Amino acid sequence: MTKIVVDGTEVDVPAEYTLLQACEAAGAEIPRFCFHERLSIAGNCRMCLVELKGAPKPVASCAYAVKDCRPGPNGEPPEVLTRSGTTKKAREGVMEFLLINHPLDCPICDQGGHCDLQDQAMAYGVDSTRYGENKRAVEEKYIGPLVRTAMNRCIHCTRCVRFLAEVAGVPDLGAIGRGEDMEITSYLESAMGSELQGNVADLCPVGALVHKPQSYEVRPWELSKTESVDVMDAVGCAIRVDAKGREVIQIEPRINEAVNEEWISDKTRHAVDGLRLQRLDRPYLRENGRLRPASWGEAFAAIAARVKGTDPKRIGAIVGDLAGVEETFALKSLMTALGVTNLDCRQAGERLDPAWGRASYTLGATIPGIEDADAILLVGTNPRLEASLLNVRIRKRWRMAPLAVGLIGEAVDLTYPHTYLGAGPDTLAEIAAGRHSFAEVLKAASRPLVIVGMGALARPDGATILSAAATLARDIGAVTTEWNGFGVLQTAAARVGALDLGFVPGEGGLDLAAMTGAGALDVLFNLGADEVEIAPGAFVIYQGTHGDRGATRADVVLPGAAYTEKCATFVNLEGRVQMTNRAGFPPGDAREDWAILRALSDVLGHRLPFDSLVALRRTLYGAHPHFAALDAVAPSDGVATVATLAGRGGTPDRAAFVSAVPDFYLTNAIARASRVLAECSSLARVRGLEAAE
Amino acid sequence: MANRRLAPAAEQPAAFAFSSENAEWAKGQIEKYPEGRQASAVIPLLWKAQEQNGGWLPQKAIEAVADELGMPHIRVLEVATFYTMFALEPVGRFWIQLCGTVPCDSCGARELKDYLHQRLGAPGHVSADGNFSWLEVECLGACCNAPMAQINQDYYEDLTPDLLGALMDDLAAGRPVKIGSQVGRTSSEPKGGADTLTDASLFDGSRVGAWRQRFEDKKAEESSEPSGKAEAASSEQRAATDPKPARPDAGRAVSGQSTDAPAQRAAAGQTPVKSGDQTDAADRTESTVRPGEPTPPPVDTVARAEAAGAEAGTQSDLPRNEPPPQPVASGASEGTDEAKAQPAKKPEPTRAAPKTEGN
Repeated sequence: MTKIVVDGTEVDVPAEYTLLQACEAAGAEIPRFCFHERLSIAGNCRMCLVELKGAPKPVASCAYAVKDCRPGPNGEPPEVLTRSGTTKKAREGVMEFLLINHPLDCPICDQGGHCDLQDQAMAYGVDSTRYGENKRAVEEKYIGPLVRTAMNRCIHCTRCVRFLAEVAGVPDLGAIGRGEDMEITSYLESAMGSELQGNVADLCPVGALVHKPQSYEVRPWELSKTESVDVMDAVGCAIRVDAKGREVIQIEPRINEAVNEEWISDKTRHAVDGLRLQRLDRPYLRENGRLRPASWGEAFAAIAARVKGTDPKRIGAIVGDLAGVEETFALKSLMTALGVTNLDCRQAGERLDPAWGRASYTLGATIPGIEDADAILLVGTNPRLEASLLNVRIRKRWRMAPLAVGLIGEAVDLTYPHTYLGAGPDTLAEIAAGRHSFAEVLKAASRPLVIVGMGALARPDGATILSAAATLARDIGAVTTEWNGFGVLQTAAARVGALDLGFVPGEGGLDLAAMTGAGALDVLFNLGADEVEIAPGAFVIYQGTHGDRGATRADVVLPGAAYTEKCATFVNLEGRVQMTNRAGFPPGDAREDWAILRALSDVLGHRLPFDSLVALRRTLYGAHPHFAALDAVAPSDGVATVATLAGRGGTPDRAAFVSAVPDFYLTNAIARASRVLAECSSLARVRGLEAAE
Repeated sequence: MANRRLAPAAEQPAAFAFSSENAEWAKGQIEKYPEGRQASAVIPLLWKAQEQNGGWLPQKAIEAVADELGMPHIRVLEVATFYTMFALEPVGRFWIQLCGTVPCDSCGARELKDYLHQRLGAPGHVSADGNFSWLEVECLGACCNAPMAQINQDYYEDLTPDLLGALMDDLAAGRPVKIGSQVGRTSSEPKGGADTLTDASLFDGSRVGAWRQRFEDKKAEESSEPSGKAEAASSEQRAATDPKPARPDAGRAVSGQSTDAPAQRAAAGQTPVKSGDQTDAADRTESTVRPGEPTPPPVDTVARAEAAGAEAGTQSDLPRNEPPPQPVASGASEGTDEAKAQPAKKPEPTRAAPKTEGN
């Protein structure tokens, strides 16, 4: 620790701190444009200049280390002045230079109201300019469907360039030319290839890069901001849902160091227009082969007529990818009351069973725990598409100090160097038998991490592969009492919560594949499962938000609330319990899902014992106490689970693993309804075809 | 300088690959850098690609270099657009890069620019005969011979529109041309010949480096150990008697002595550095030596002795584990001796006060 005096306040900071960090530790605010905590230091905007006693001129505090400061003549701690005349003059000078070429188009700029340059010009600038020449003009650039450019406004902080190169690992942007002619662009104006590209617009301190889909729609002060959780994948990124009136306008990341730091994927951000399109806003009934609008009463009556008198063995219930814990719990309670044991939440057909222990379907090492791993084996997964922010964390770990990452499955670009080991279970068996060179790497690692993805589990021999992976994890010492280096990478936000609730076939119950088969059931209750094909025959009740595949196959459609319209609990792939918040109301007659089930239970004669969300949660927490611990990962017994799994054994099929997420942008009903994501999807497809050529 | 963009698609060749000879050369360049640092070879490779492609860089060459070095395309484009030495559009057989920065400008680059405008048209276009294209560039570092232009690989200096026109005619006609100054001066010496550093005695070791002789004499007196030290001594003696000339010998005459260089003082039998100068140069407010603490030994003596030995082609055998001998005649050691002799010269807070005012 080193002492330093900031504006007369002496603070004790680590020697490797920069002056900017030291000033912040002392409570002094330093303006900055190019500096960002999670990116490398560029030191090119000069806005963070401060006066350092003894230095001949102001120093850029973001790039000047505390340990590089010289002590005073008698050994006094170095002294920084952030409010002195020199500092003020330096800031005014820098601001004046930045504004030389920055257009005065704040009234038509989308950044207006949350613009760093605007705010800092107000706080640290002067009121007028002395520059009488023409401002420079820069051509607009096309850099993709998600980010609109207004390059006249660019101040060349290079945050976007550094983000793509460092965090996203897809270095598509660069600065061409030099001096006054420097321009930020992609190579020959091709679209950026990162699934995290929306973040560059967030990072942009001015209005040069703004979100294209929300162009010219809102001002930040018109928005009501609701802190929530994302459900587009199982990572559970912290988001802020911005709504104008009842309409959700944009989704922005929120800082959660344990999950997404401060990034979100493009799917999370731009599924917003999917929340408006294709929505179910009233119940529907199928009559003469066509769905017709109906009232809630009609719909419930039709359901009651079919359910009453049907053998519970001929009734089933499935849960989709976007259902919260509350409605899953309500559905399970209702089905239990009806005596139904045909329950399943494993929509992708993955061979997982909560009976094996919680560690068998979560990532016990947790996302921040990835930073402690020293070797990673990915089995049947492409984390870049299945859990983008988890992939960012692996990349972050790799950037701290390169580690060995092995991949079994489809050969893909993970954005960091990795060893491609093989395509299927054979490779896994080879490593387990120690015949593969990567086995040595894993054995030598002190904290190896084995991550099994849906590509390996969502197939008939999934349980065998899980067992083989668990055996490997046990043999390489990945699972100890201190380190749980065996985990499953879920792809659906609802899955862990539903598995926690035990929404799987009861005794003698049918699983999802059997239920959706022809002639298996008379009544199937479908809570938002859009990725399954249900054979003709059964009477299907679909409760969901979008007119997608599930609603098309339904005989009764009950309109529910999307994740931005309800307060629901989701458990992410680590087993972290998080809660969404309501940013708006569901459209039309649509209702919150638990309330629909509560109302339906009354009609079916098995009234559920809760009349409010609070009462529901009280019952839920009584039965499953771990849901009450928000934002926490309940510890799971990895050692016992791995022992259980390893003991199951079996011989897997030889077929190669197939990615569980063939199209990143279209994984659920909301994303499929989004026009923006459809454009991204077609661009990605073209890029994939070009890469294949 | 205008925005630099790649040439229009119509002018771009369909493909680019290094010739086998150049590919071999490129491999040699890449091998200069350690594993993982291959990107360091980007500029030599671009340079070679431009040379192979008739003086300009097509898009495919940028991509080929990027792929060769495992760099993203945009990173190589950044480099290629940064340096004006990489032409992104086709150039003439003779590519004229005219310096337009201040020294050249004040010496008449503007007339040259007008001339080129008049003769070749706007910059960046190849003349109808394919011989010339021109561009105004930033300083090329030959300001002393301003105004100047670089044509292909060579500098042509002291230009006037007439000289440039004649030069271009000669180049176009394939006649031999003179590289460098076009008015007949030698490198960058003053117009009309050298007028400083013309004294031959400056370059024969009798003045510059004379202190070495004095140092040698003193040392020979003091030291009577013949064995190991003798070699070092002899090497140093050789260095003294046959010093490297401080300036290339151009046979110029010295007109007068206006400087007060240490070598001159030494030759005149004075101390090389005036003791007053030395104490003035020291900033006592920033001294790392605390009053009362012993003065650290001059640690650079070994390095200096080694440097002298290296100059003479031998290794010094000065022991590294004991304090090095103090060369008596050198300025630095005299200063130290003086400081030792006058312990009163400690930092004086009262006198140092005005210097800390700005801090």
